[in-house]
This record gives sequence, C-alpha cells and structure tokens, in this order.
Amino acid sequence: MRPIHALTHALAPLALALAAAGCSTIGDDSSSSAPDDATKPTRVVLVTHESFSLPKPLIKQFEQASGLDLVVRATGDAGILTNKLVLTKDDPLGDVAFGVDNTFASRALDAGVFAPYDAALPDGAEEYRLPGDDEHGLTPVDDASVCVNVDDTWFADHDLAPPRTLDDLADPAYRDLFVTPGAATSSPGMAFLLTTIAAYGEDGWQDYWTKLMDNGVKLTAGWSDAYEVDFTQGGGHGDRPIVLSYDSSPAFTVSGGTSSTSALLDTCFRQVEYAGVLDGAANPDGAEQLVDFLLSPEVQAALPESMYVFPVDSSVKLPAEWARFAEQPSDPYEVDPGAIGEHRDEWLREWSDVTSR
Amino acid sequence: MRRAFELAGLSALPLAVLGVFFVLPVSGMVSEGFVADGRFDPGGVLEVLGRPRVHRVVWFTVWSSTVATLVAVLLGLPVAHLLHRRRFPGRGVLRSLLLVPFVLPTVVVGVAFRELIGESGPLGFLGLDGSAVAIVAGLVFFNVAVVIRAVGAAWESLDPRPAEAAAALGASPAQVLLTVTLPALRPAIVSAASVVFLFCATAFGVVLTLGGLRYSSVETEIYLLTTNLLDLQAAAALSILQLLAITGLLVVTGRLRAVPDPALARSVRRAPRPSRGDWPGVVATGLVLLLVGAPLAALALGSLRVGDAWSLGNYRALTGAGSQHALLVSVTDALVTSLRTAVDATWMSLSLGLLVTVVVTRRSRSRTERRVRGLLDGLFMLPLGVSAVTLGFGFLITLDRPPVDLRDSPLLVPIAQALVALPLVVRTLVPVLGGVDDRQRQAAASLGAGPLRTFATVELPLVWRPLTAAAGFAFAVSLGEFGATSFLAREDHPTLPIVIFHLIGHPGAMNYGMSLAASVVLAATTALVMLAVDRLRVSSVGAF
Amino acid sequence: MLTLDRLTVAYDGEPAVVDASLDLDDGHVLAVLGPSGSGKSTLLRAIAGLEPPSSGRICWDGADLARVPTHKRGFALMFQDGQLFNHLTVARNVGYALRLRRAPGTAERVAELLALVGLEGYADRLPTTLSGGERQRVALARSLAVSPRLLLLDEPLSALDAGLRERLASDLRGILRSAGTTALMVTHDQEEAYAVADRLAVMREGRIVQQGDIGEVWRAPADPETALFLGYARVLEGSAAATLLRAAGHPPAEAVAVRRSALVVDQHGPLRGLVVSARATPELIRLVVDVDGVGEVDAIARLGTHPAPGDPVRLGVDPGRLATPGRR
Repeated sequence: MRPIHALTHALAPLALALAAAGCSTIGDDSSSSAPDDATKPTRVVLVTHESFSLPKPLIKQFEQASGLDLVVRATGDAGILTNKLVLTKDDPLGDVAFGVDNTFASRALDAGVFAPYDAALPDGAEEYRLPGDDEHGLTPVDDASVCVNVDDTWFADHDLAPPRTLDDLADPAYRDLFVTPGAATSSPGMAFLLTTIAAYGEDGWQDYWTKLMDNGVKLTAGWSDAYEVDFTQGGGHGDRPIVLSYDSSPAFTVSGGTSSTSALLDTCFRQVEYAGVLDGAANPDGAEQLVDFLLSPEVQAALPESMYVFPVDSSVKLPAEWARFAEQPSDPYEVDPGAIGEHRDEWLREWSDVTSR
Repeated sequence: MRRAFELAGLSALPLAVLGVFFVLPVSGMVSEGFVADGRFDPGGVLEVLGRPRVHRVVWFTVWSSTVATLVAVLLGLPVAHLLHRRRFPGRGVLRSLLLVPFVLPTVVVGVAFRELIGESGPLGFLGLDGSAVAIVAGLVFFNVAVVIRAVGAAWESLDPRPAEAAAALGASPAQVLLTVTLPALRPAIVSAASVVFLFCATAFGVVLTLGGLRYSSVETEIYLLTTNLLDLQAAAALSILQLLAITGLLVVTGRLRAVPDPALARSVRRAPRPSRGDWPGVVATGLVLLLVGAPLAALALGSLRVGDAWSLGNYRALTGAGSQHALLVSVTDALVTSLRTAVDATWMSLSLGLLVTVVVTRRSRSRTERRVRGLLDGLFMLPLGVSAVTLGFGFLITLDRPPVDLRDSPLLVPIAQALVALPLVVRTLVPVLGGVDDRQRQAAASLGAGPLRTFATVELPLVWRPLTAAAGFAFAVSLGEFGATSFLAREDHPTLPIVIFHLIGHPGAMNYGMSLAASVVLAATTALVMLAVDRLRVSSVGAF
Repeated sequence: MLTLDRLTVAYDGEPAVVDASLDLDDGHVLAVLGPSGSGKSTLLRAIAGLEPPSSGRICWDGADLARVPTHKRGFALMFQDGQLFNHLTVARNVGYALRLRRAPGTAERVAELLALVGLEGYADRLPTTLSGGERQRVALARSLAVSPRLLLLDEPLSALDAGLRERLASDLRGILRSAGTTALMVTHDQEEAYAVADRLAVMREGRIVQQGDIGEVWRAPADPETALFLGYARVLEGSAAATLLRAAGHPPAEAVAVRRSALVVDQHGPLRGLVVSARATPELIRLVVDVDGVGEVDAIARLGTHPAPGDPVRLGVDPGRLATPGRR
C-alpha cells in the first residue's frame, strides 16, 4: 500500500484543488446522452457552421413549443460542414443541417445527405429554391450577396469617382486599390470567382483575372484579412478603398446617419443558405419542426442581427440600419449549382495558376 | 519477463489513448482516400505524389520550416540562458510573457502582424507583407517560446561544474559553450528543435495569413483539399507524406539526441546576476521581445480604440453576450470554458506524458528492449505532425459507434488538445528524466521503496522543474488550440479562440475591437497562469 | 606567487569567506584544511575566478586578478568527482586545454600525460567506463596538460576508497613535485593534506585560523579546536595538562593536545592509572586509562601484553606526540 500512498500524497491536494475550483469539464452535465426511449425522442440535433447564432429566448420558445431539447453542434465553415455531412452520411451527426449554401449544395445532394421535406415556404422564399433540387432536400433560410464594397469617403477625399462594375476594377485608374480574399481559402473569395465566371463565361474569366492581377489586386487568405487589415474602413485602417465583402456590410459602417461605404450592386453573387432534414435522422419529426422553426417570422426577423444575413421571408421587417443602408442586388450573378459541383476543382486550379503567375 | 510485463503495463494506457484518438481516426481518414468508387485504389494516391504542385508545396514546407526552426533555436538559446541561468528582477514576468504568442489565435496575430508590416503599417516600407520572410518571422514568433522554455528547463538543471572546469582550463566563455555546454544540452536542443520543426511544418494560419496566398504548405494544401474540394485521395497522399516525413525526422533526431549521460545537477546553485559577458543573451532577448512585443503591442493598442478615441469600451462589451452582437456566449464565459478545458487537457497530457517518459527513459537491458522503447518514444510525437483537419474529420467517421461512441463527448476537445500537447510534454521531460542516475533509483529500491515511491522520491523532485515547464506548455497549447478545437467545440461551450475567430470574421467595428480585446484577455490570462505555474516549487512535492 | 589579501566572499550578503589572507610561493603545495561548511571551497572558487570577492584582493605575482576572467588566469581546477566531459574520450578530455590553445604535438603530450598518471592505453575509452580512481587520474592529467601556473584541487581524493586514496595521494605528491607545480588543495581530511601538501592552512567558519609549514602547524596548533581537527585525540587543560607536561619533561602550559599514541604502557613510566577499556588492533593494543591527576586518556600497549579493564598500569609519555595549542 505504501507506494500508492506516496502517490496519493502527491496527487490528492491537486485533485482536491481542481475539484474545489471546479476547473475541469469532468462532471459537466453532458447533453449528449442518447435518448433513453427510442420511440419518443426528447431532443433534436442541429448540425451547422460556426457562424450560426440565434437569440436564446427564441431557442427557449422552440423548445417549449416542441417539447424537444435543441442541441446545436456548430463547427467549421460551410465547406467543412458540407464535407462532414458527406463523410458521415451513413451515421448522421444530427437531425437537421443548416448552413449548406448554393456553392456546396450539389455535393451534399449528390451524396444523398438530405431526406426530402417540402416545407411551407414564407412569402418570397420560392425564388431562393435551389435550381435542380426537385425533391426538396433543401429549404432556403437566408441569403447574403457577396459584393465589391467601396469606401465612399476615400473616393470623395481623392476626387475620384468610385468604380461601379467589374470592368472598372481592371481600369488603371483604380490600380492597387482593390483587395479580395482568395477563392481557395475563403468562401466569399470563391463567390467572387463565381461572379467573374458568370460575368465573363467559362472561357473568359481567366483573362479578366489576369487583368485584375496586372492592375495590382491584393489577395488575402480570409475575409477578415482583407476587410479588417487592408480596407480603409476596416478595424486596422488599411490603405485600399475597394474590398470584397457583403451587400449588408454598409450597415456596419454607419456613423452620423450616413454610411461611409457602399456595395456595388452590379458585382454581386448571391449565396443562399439552406436547411435540410438529414437522411437517417434519429428524430425526423423533430427535424421537420426545426426546419419550420427556422422559417418562422421570429427567426427570420432575428437573422440580420444574429447572423448578418437577409431573411428569405420578404414580409419580415428589417432592422432600421439594414433597411436604409444594406441594399440587396436585384439581379445578382448566378452559376448553376451543378456546374459549381462539377468544376470547382478545375476552376480553383486554374485560378491558382492565374493568380500566382 | 517481469520487465516485459512492466513495460507493457506502463505503456498500455498511453498506447490505448493514442490508438483510439489518433491511429484510428487518422487511418480511417487516410483509408477513405484509398477507396475510389467503392474499391481499393492505391494508384490514385501515388499519382497525386507525382504532381508538380505537390513537389512545390513539399519543398516550401521543408525549407520554410527548416529556416524558421534554425532562427528559433539561434534566437532562443541565448534567451534561454539569460532567463534560466541568470537572476534579475522581472525575470518571471518576462518568462511568462514570452510564452504568450504560443497561445494566441493565428487569425488575430495574423491581423496584428499585418497591421505592422502591411502596406500602410509602420513597417510597410520593408515590403514584407505576403513574403516568405513574413511567414518565417511569424513561425518564429509562435515557436521561439518552445526553445526558450524547453532548453531553459534543461539548462537550469545542468551541472555547472564541467563548464567551470573547462573555464579553469583556459576555455573562453564561447569555447565553454561550444565544447561543453552545448554538447550537454544537445538532447534538449534537438528535442525542442524537432518539436518546433513539426509545429512549423504543420502551421496553418501563419502561412495563409502572412503568405498572402502566394505560398502553400503541405498543411494548407491538405486543408484545402479536405475542406473545400473533398479530394480525399490527394489529402490522403499528403497525409501519408506527412507521416513518412515525420517518421524520418524522428529517426534522425533520435540519433542526434543520444549522448552518453547528460549530467544533471544534484543541487542547483543560485543563479548569478547578469554580467557584461551576457550581452548575447541580452541582445537576443531584446530581439525576441521586439518580435513578440510589437504585434502584441499593436494588438493591445488596437483593443483600446473605439472609433477614433481611446476607450475601454471593447473590454466592457466582453461580458455581455446578447445586445446587438450575435455571440451566443459572453467572452468571459468562453474564457471559463477555455480554462476548464485547459485544466483537463493539462492533467491528461501530463499523466500520459509522465507514463511515456518513464517507459522511454528506463535503462534497457537488451537491444530489442531499447528498440521498443525508442519506437514508443517516436510514436507519441506523431500527433504533432498530422493535420488537425485529418484528425478532426477522422474523429467524426471513426469514433461513431460503440465502444468508442465519443463524437459528442465533451471530453473530446481536451483529449484532442492533450494529444497535441503530449509530444511537448514528453520532449521536455525525457532529457531530464533520462539524466537521472540509475543508481539513485537502485539506492531507493534497496532502501525498501517500491517503484511508485522510488518515482515519487527520486525522480519527481528532479523533474519537478521540467514538469512545471511541461504543464505550462500543455496549458498554453490547450488555451490557444484552434485547429482541432474548431472541429470539435460544441456551440454552447465554445472556447475563447473560437469566439475570437467568430468575432473577427464578421463586419462591424465593435466586433473587430472586441476580438482584439478578447485576444488581449487570452494573452493576459496565459501570462498569469504561466507566472503562477513558474512560482510552484518543489518543496510541496519533494518533501515526503 | 599567489597572495590573498583580506579576501571576503559572500553569497547574498551571507559571508562564506571572511578576511582571508594567504601566501603561496611557487613550487609549493598548500592544503587548505577545514570541516565542511568552513568556506574552503568558496575560497577555491574565488581564486579560480568563479565567485567575485566582496572585498579584498587576489593577486598573482603582485598583480590583482579582479578583472581577469577565469579562463585567462592560467589556473587549472580539478573537482572532487573529476567533472570529466562525458561526451569526449579520455584522450580528448586530457587534450582539451591543448586544443583550445592549438598547441602543436597534442597527441604526444596526451600520451605523455596518460603515462604520467599511469593510464597508458586508456586514450579511447569514454569517461563513463572508468572507475573512480581512473577518472581522477584523467582529471589530473587534464589539469596538468598545459602546465598551469596554479593547480586548484577541490577534495581531489575524498570520493575514493581508503586504499586507493592513500596510493593516489602519494602519486599525486610525486607528480606535483616532479612537475614543480604550484598547487592549492582544499580537503577535510588531515591524512590527505599531510600526504600531499608541504604547507597547511586551517579554515573554520570562513576564517583562516592558522597557516604555515605543515610540520609546524602540526606541532603547534593555533587553538584547542584546531588541535582536535588536526587529529589530536584530546586537549587537556589545567592541572591535568601540568601533570602530563611534567611527566613529559616539557615546560608547563595551560593546555596540551594529546595524540592517541602519546602515552605508552611502560613499567618504568612516571604516570600511574587504571585500565578502563582495552581493544586489540593488528599492530598494537589501544587502551583508555584513568590516569591519576590527569583523568581518562588514550594509551597504547605492545601486542602480547594483556592489560584488562581494572588492571593498574604505569605509563610513559612520548614528548613528540604532544602539542601545546594556543589559547582560544
């Protein structure tokens, strides 16, 4: 017994201190305990990306109405989420997935990740349906357009008219002024690549990008590198007044009743985020309730401030600053989701070649 | 036979943990790449290795990591000497401060770094933004603390008398360093360097953020292939390449580490104050402080700006969750989660690490035994060299059915972090425990002490200092870990780096300010914890 | 010539060496003798330049060494356990200082030194494969390689077993003499000091209490404590001292230090007493005798006699084995 005694001497105070301070995750109530009665599920699991966020009262409201605990598993971005769903499709991570967008949707649909569910869509949501998803595997929940943003203050100070079109960005007048996240490492960056593909065609976009590169476009790894470091209106007060961001971004640069930035609505690509019931869900019934919940007026109204996106429900009233400064493009560029799925690899490779030349 | 049983018994737990949480997930993920259209197809994987792009990526990874490791060692050694063999006021604060970069999320540091070297930054004229130099500087920034701490701990317990004997024989300080001290420190230096190399070679955020997309490393390539393209075949090919390269590295470093009997001080004399001869240490410390301090200062200053005015507003906002900002949990809650997770990760990696170290450092009786122990030593380094993405996805597809249905377990995050920290713990402890004279163990045993008591009375007091260093590492790794954690963290309990990432990834000046403030909080917490850990002394444990 | 002038060395304000003054002429071997904790090792480290003096001076041939760093002093330091460089072979250990100086003919000199310390054929061994005595010989050879101006020895023999210590001590003396090396050795062992050195300094509580020719110090310890430390068995005072000195034919003194073999059983001896205890050794019989007018003292008897406790005996005194220490 003695040797053990010696070690307990050493470890006991430590263990005691840890336990007393509660500085350990052990003993935490784990919400992961499986439902004890398979016939009557007590929870519904939402698999989503890390940007997912909803006000707590709303979630409480759902749990009370449905009698289910809502468990949220939020990790990674839309790409990681999609790939997780594809890799675990035989043993799904939850009941509902939210956050697969139109650039990744075809991959998930092709893999048969989702079970059909024809939810009743709110007003105006029909136009966001995924082209080609005839079995209603995916339900549109929100959208946000990726657009080129400009710093109007900077252009006013420099007596220069801000650019308006994609062509303008390649104009020597705007040399060394544009910064964008790269397509390979950033989801808005990918959206911008798709914009140019839609605008210049599958054989023309390479030339456009060559011109962009010649005109001194700066590429960064992620959105925050471009916006917060290099953009003149970002947190780091950079020196480039043109940046790739979202149509909603001008609502975040408001001071004194005006926004210092604006989105160029002729340079936009629309990203729609979908929810879907996972094939093989443990609680398909609860899953459908959850999808309906995401389409409810309360959630739709909370989307702008919770997740920085526009609701698909056109009847929802937007927050004041959004209504004033966040203008949505009327006719954004589009690329067929199936084509994206098919050519993503090839396009990215070509893009890497052009931009690293 | 008894020895074989003892060996098997001691290594059973670490091996089981490694098997379930590393070998299983990684092999599961890699084997996905070998299966194309439902059948086994290794040819595709080999084809990937022939691509010119892969060659370019591998070459960049190798040279950037090598240069960064060399710089980190060259800068770290004099600093380790000053901070661990000299005594001056503020030494403890300095020591813990230098460990801070280690835990900071790369997203934020990347931003801070780029604010300095970016086109409009104060160092913009150097034209470093998006250059390989910036990447190397970033890698050194994050990893120099490993060298300082690991080598420092060994240096501190090094017997000073051989060096004194050499000096008395006419060796100048430089000659003493080259002919006596460095050879004695070689195991520790090689250990630290190999860990740094692995960290550099698997660095992700630094290469992307500071390289400005011009450069790809094996790690960023795997990330892209796995998360964006779902090209598992190519990802598997690169993962295998990573594993092979690491195995090679481990074999080489294993050879380099082996020196006869590193001398260990029985009693450590009190460190003297710095003198004129310590200028290399002072200069290097100044350089490292500049490298580490400038981005941190930029971070701290930025966190104090709201609009165009100085304000604590960003910090006040940290405690609130809802208001207009869409954080599910407040930053303070996330900090608590981070700390609790770090405590778990620390005790897990320390207990596993101690077991591994004991197994690895016991004197072998036969060639086979030595081989087995050496193999185990290397095995536990592997988690460092494998992409967090591979591991993360691997968890999801392999740990999904009994008896290891752990996908949803809250312990998965600390376990993953402990695995990342484990090699650091082992590498910090092995050089010291390896230096314990076997006769001391035998003496204790002959006096009637059982193996556990022998360990507690002979080894534990000696490894206490490196043990605290290792605990500090483990804690810091856990606090700052992002790659694996972002795959596994549950939304209702995100850690602080996850929250910071969330904040900086969304528009709004307030979010930006808060992300900087949260990073400063993370940095300050780390520094405080390190300071506290350093203050722990042997008296409480070595007394019985 | 080494000169210490009122040298004081302190650790964190705690003085370890106080006001030590010392002279050591070229070619002499000085033993600094003192119990552990007396500050003798600190004194050695200060001379080597490893500890800065708080006050006082260390001079070589009159030149102050205060600004001379360890490696420029031209001294060599040999530690208790040798402190060989474990990553180097025996030959490379011995040749270490020669290579530092890029001296020509290193190999020959190393072979010569190994022969001097009796270790031919050990050149390619690693230190870890050597015995304690062999390691010390290598350490000695390494220290002598560049003919240091002063050789500093820190308890060079005390880690060795008794027989080996004795043998190595006489070897050491021979080697130092033949090389004409000036050496300073610290030790707590009076036998070791006596066997190697010709000069002796006694240290206690940080102070040098006595120094001089080794024989002189032995004959006249500075005080009773020094006498006991030098190996005298007892110090008698007052009437006991007077009685003993009278019996030895010495002039009276206040105290007398007595070696264990100073009193010998002799039927014509001037002192009488009763045997308290008797113990046989291979060479003679050791007694404790209660002597009239003196009290209990040690004495010896030849082998073959059989004094038993309670027996009356007469004792003679060997005047050469008495010393009259100074007063405290």
